[in-house]
Amino acid sequence: MQAIRRIQSRTVVLPTKDIDTDQIIAARFLTTTTREGLGKSLFYDLRFDADGAKKPGFPLNAPEAEGCRILVAGNNFGCGSSREHAPWALLDYGFQAVISSEIADIFRNNALKNGLIPVVIDHGIHAWLLENPGVELTIDVDASTVELPDGRREGFPIESFARHCLLNGIDQLGYLRQHEKAIRRYEESRPWKP
Amino acid sequence: MPTLFEKVWNDHVVVPESAETPAILYIDLHIIHEVTTPQAFATLREKGLPVRRPDLTLATMDHSTPTTPVSSLKDISVVAPGAAGQVRQMEKNCAEFGLELHGFGSKHRGIVHVIGPELGATQPGKTIVCGDSHTSTHGAFGALAFGIGTTEVGHVLATQCLLQRKPKTLSVTIDGALPKGVLAKDIILAIIGKIGVDGGTGHVIEYRGDAVRAMDMESRMTICNMSIEGGARAGMIAPDDTTFNYLHGRPRVPQGDAWEAAVRRWRSLASDEHASFDRSVSLDAGVLQPMVTFGTNPGMVVGINDPVPDSDDASFRKALEYMRVTPGKPMTDNKVDVVFIGSCTNGRLSDLEQAAAILKGRKIADGVRMLVVPGSQQVKDAAEANGLDDVFRAAGAEWREAGCSMCIGMNGDIAAPGQLSVSTSNRNFEGRQGVGARTVLASPATAAASALSGRVADPRPYL
Ligand code: SF4
Repeated sequence: MQAIRRIQSRTVVLPTKDIDTDQIIAARFLTTTTREGLGKSLFYDLRFDADGAKKPGFPLNAPEAEGCRILVAGNNFGCGSSREHAPWALLDYGFQAVISSEIADIFRNNALKNGLIPVVIDHGIHAWLLENPGVELTIDVDASTVELPDGRREGFPIESFARHCLLNGIDQLGYLRQHEKAIRRYEESRPWKP
Repeated sequence: MPTLFEKVWNDHVVVPESAETPAILYIDLHIIHEVTTPQAFATLREKGLPVRRPDLTLATMDHSTPTTPVSSLKDISVVAPGAAGQVRQMEKNCAEFGLELHGFGSKHRGIVHVIGPELGATQPGKTIVCGDSHTSTHGAFGALAFGIGTTEVGHVLATQCLLQRKPKTLSVTIDGALPKGVLAKDIILAIIGKIGVDGGTGHVIEYRGDAVRAMDMESRMTICNMSIEGGARAGMIAPDDTTFNYLHGRPRVPQGDAWEAAVRRWRSLASDEHASFDRSVSLDAGVLQPMVTFGTNPGMVVGINDPVPDSDDASFRKALEYMRVTPGKPMTDNKVDVVFIGSCTNGRLSDLEQAAAILKGRKIADGVRMLVVPGSQQVKDAAEANGLDDVFRAAGAEWREAGCSMCIGMNGDIAAPGQLSVSTSNRNFEGRQGVGARTVLASPATAAASALSGRVADPRPYL
């Protein structure tokens, strides 16, 4: 994984609450056996009508959404299915961070493992961001802050090990494998065996 | 004074957590299926790693498989061209990495969360994971069971471990005797309605109380299954005699003296009397009525005869518009096009029996399509042995092969745009059962009654 320190971008806003991973990427696109190329299926039924034409009202289809790396979404983003195809699709489309007042547990985990930054911020700032699409933000992963257009910096929680891995491009599987001895010891010493 | 969750957690810590690093947690059972594993196997191949514990890995195919008869891989490219590549890849991965696969033709093929308990692979005190959020189902046995992403599937395949921060605990106490016609599904829908779809985020739920103790295992599984719909990754129930009786004699449980020893260990798992939880809520099941969803998330629930609520919240309005339901009117006003009985929530034998009891000797309404999809091959065989398939067919329903089917709509079993589906599955998200399809979640009894009436219906008059 590549190291990620800073993301600077304008925002695109999807104000809907409880956007689930089925909406992020519908099940019919999950018959793939690779991680690549899922961006074209991102939010498919929200982005396109039945004939495959872009829906004009959908925020990602607006010209000003072009090139935005930060998605601001309504409360409880990423709920539902555990499909990692959701962060894969967001990253493949070009997003690098998602901001909401709440982000579902499994999605958050999956996002961090792939270098998509889940940013949970307080309701007041979240509400302001929802009302002001297109503002320029800077996310500093090391400091765990979001810099607002007025220069104010707001902290956000990020699991310390996940942050360390993001900043240094560390693969967590490698870290786990370094503990092979401890794993073996555990397997041998436990009083009952599964 | 540890809780059930803490006891299971503590028992599996390989390396404790610190401020800098999460705990390394050992996994006792890893269930895998065709949709969320191909990329994980690709990682193993890239790094030249084997599967560390094939003996703790249980493989099947369920999500994208057809529910029309398929006896071999040859048939699949005809009936399910989209899924064929994935299904083939799963066969190849299991063969290459030495995993036993319960594939087509196996009498143990079925939905991941149905076959684990059936085989007795699901046991109290185990840690269980699967690349599927409804892994919480296995918590009904007092296991710590939760869904993981594909990267984590790779971690478990390679190391049998996961990196985890310890979650918080939420106690949900359910007391009272269930009124007639009110099932476990109604209880869990009521709980999600109460705590909200993000109410359990960051928590493991423990379900307690008289009503839980009185439930059979299949009802407990229905409750734990939908923990994730309340935002909690895991839901647990302390094991008791009901649990042990269910497991006794199943293929993968310990036998003889080892069984006695296991039961003694399992009995000690219950939360201590004065164990403390980070949060607690309670629910009186005695006053519940059958519940249905009216919106596009599982927290938007209402009693079957109660009016759909109203709000000026934009997301709420958008959901009502999508569902084409009117606030102030009960859900029973809505015409039904499709009825689906199945899924890891309600696709077990007792669920099919609940539905069949209502359908027996009756005919489903004109214009309604009803699919009954057993959760596993074992469920299918047992149902057929009891003649349930005849009841469903005689009523006008389709009796199909085991799988996830219309719960996720990956295999071509879908509702058409705009159609209303009363479904015993767990998610009523926009498009979950097909583009533009409108899903109403309900119990098997409510779903069967709705098929008969042609509108969303209260099952009680049919009992
Ligand atoms: S039945 Fe539905 S929820 Fe259950 S495992 Fe299959 S797709 Fe997932």
